[in-house]
Amino acid sequence: MAEAAKVTAEDVRRVAELANLELDAGEEVRMLRDLNAILGHVAQLNELDTSSVEAMAQVTEILALPALPALETLRPDVIRPSLNRDIVLGGAPEAGSGFFKVPKVLER
Amino acid sequence: MKPESVLTEKPPSIDCIRRQVADGTKTAQAFAEETYARIGAVDSRIHAYLALSRERALQQAKKIDAMAESGQTLPPLAGVPVGIKDVLSMQGVPATAGSKILAGYHPPYDATAVQRLEAAGAILLGKLNCDEFAMGSSNENSAYGPVRNPHALDRVPGGSSGGSAAAVAAGMAVGTLGTDTGGSIRQPASFCGVVGVLPTYGRVSRFGLIAFASSLDRIGPFANTVLDCATMLGVIAGHDDMDATSSALPVPDYAAEMARPVEGLRIGVPAEYFADGLDPEVRAAIEGGIEKLRGKGCTIHPISLPHTRYAIPTYYVLATAEASANLARFDGVRYGYRAEDANTLSAMYRRSRDGGFGAEVKRRILLGTYALSAGYYDAYYRKAQQVRRLLTEDFLNAFEQVDAIVTPTAPTPAFKLGEKTDDPVAMYLADIYTVTASLAGICGISVPCGYSSEGLPIGMQILGKHFNESTVFRVAQGVEQQGVMPVS
Repeated sequence: MAEAAKVTAEDVRRVAELANLELDAGEEVRMLRDLNAILGHVAQLNELDTSSVEAMAQVTEILALPALPALETLRPDVIRPSLNRDIVLGGAPEAGSGFFKVPKVLER
Repeated sequence: MKPESVLTEKPPSIDCIRRQVADGTKTAQAFAEETYARIGAVDSRIHAYLALSRERALQQAKKIDAMAESGQTLPPLAGVPVGIKDVLSMQGVPATAGSKILAGYHPPYDATAVQRLEAAGAILLGKLNCDEFAMGSSNENSAYGPVRNPHALDRVPGGSSGGSAAAVAAGMAVGTLGTDTGGSIRQPASFCGVVGVLPTYGRVSRFGLIAFASSLDRIGPFANTVLDCATMLGVIAGHDDMDATSSALPVPDYAAEMARPVEGLRIGVPAEYFADGLDPEVRAAIEGGIEKLRGKGCTIHPISLPHTRYAIPTYYVLATAEASANLARFDGVRYGYRAEDANTLSAMYRRSRDGGFGAEVKRRILLGTYALSAGYYDAYYRKAQQVRRLLTEDFLNAFEQVDAIVTPTAPTPAFKLGEKTDDPVAMYLADIYTVTASLAGICGISVPCGYSSEGLPIGMQILGKHFNESTVFRVAQGVEQQGVMPVS
């Protein structure tokens, strides 16, 4: 495991791009400082040897519960009414002709 | 000089409201109007509500009154004025999740928990302020301004469900719904001197909840008493076709089960929750609560939850990783805020998200994206998932020896507005006693257990095994001091 890797300004910009966020210069400085502070705290996890521990994504998977029929209940695959299109489109910043409208996708 | 407070005097219980409506002593409409009047009188100082749903509320109240008049048996929450945290969908009522990015959004459907409350007779008053996307421990991250603690207006109400806790404390609702991902029900309940419940993961459907971290998010009630919380949980719990993680285990009759005395219950006290950093007055109050349980015939057992100190870093990796994925859906296309100055689709995404999200949400999206990114996934995300298993096993081992675990809910009473806003790690540590139960999926509660010398409430956290809410309620009722108000 990486020992409390230091986040660089370059990392912040790369991650912001991955997350579709546009940070101004002031935000970038603050985020760099905060991410390093938080990851410094997270580095404590390195004290633990977890090489033989299985990862756990959520709790229901580790409860050995025959009493939990919930986990078998996928609902029947039947057609149900969906949301009213006009109401849903009515909540969009821009819509028309039954579609969401967005700025042009192809950039020249 | 004691800071100004806005507290309610003797709030009615759910059962008392239902009986009064049933026998005609007071109408549901009167309860609704009275609560709206209270909101009108005090909420300018607290700022718990973001939107009121008066028309829907009064229509429901009329319906309940008509039922009462025709002599029908009233459902369990008949006439009870209830508020809803603004991360839960209510059809046609604005839902912002405390964020500018959802400004103007009116959900086209009800969350299951909301729909079940109304079907049980509750009157839905409106939507309650919270930290943006439920990310925060003080309610100072709301894009619509902070909530103030009704016990002392210069203090935070806790977060993220600060509005839900403050509304109950100030008499602006008899019960409310909140959500808890790392402590967001229990910690504000503790700060505001009310009862707040973290149900077991899977006990309450999350359909209609604006997601923060899906493996951790839970919906639960706030109220003035343990019994009122149990009544509300009994209504909202149970399987829902619309949430595959909701459990089909039958919902017990909580009121009947919690009526059993606590005598003979084995109570675990984990040493790790009473270490450095615990305020001495909080410690004294919790120790007093433990003595009370001993006096009622519980046996007290020192236990150890050895991985506790790793819970905060584990939580902040996993919760932010899940948040970075969940919040990818906010893109300015389908609802809410869109930046107006963008000429291309990609610029529209970036500028809408930059202008729509607040600093804490961006911080968490960046952290989560970093933890999931190529080269860091194993070091952070996978590592945290492994430690999550160790933390969960700590609890599973402990519950072989004890029936319930008691701890402080938070290391201190409510802190002052602005006190921690500049230091994210200090703010995260406000959740030090609550995140473990979130990661392990177990159930819990915060119940008032005393006051500090400044008159600020102190909450005791009681934790129970998965799907063992009944035991948690029994122990909480053993600690609960009805009608106790701070010395002024």
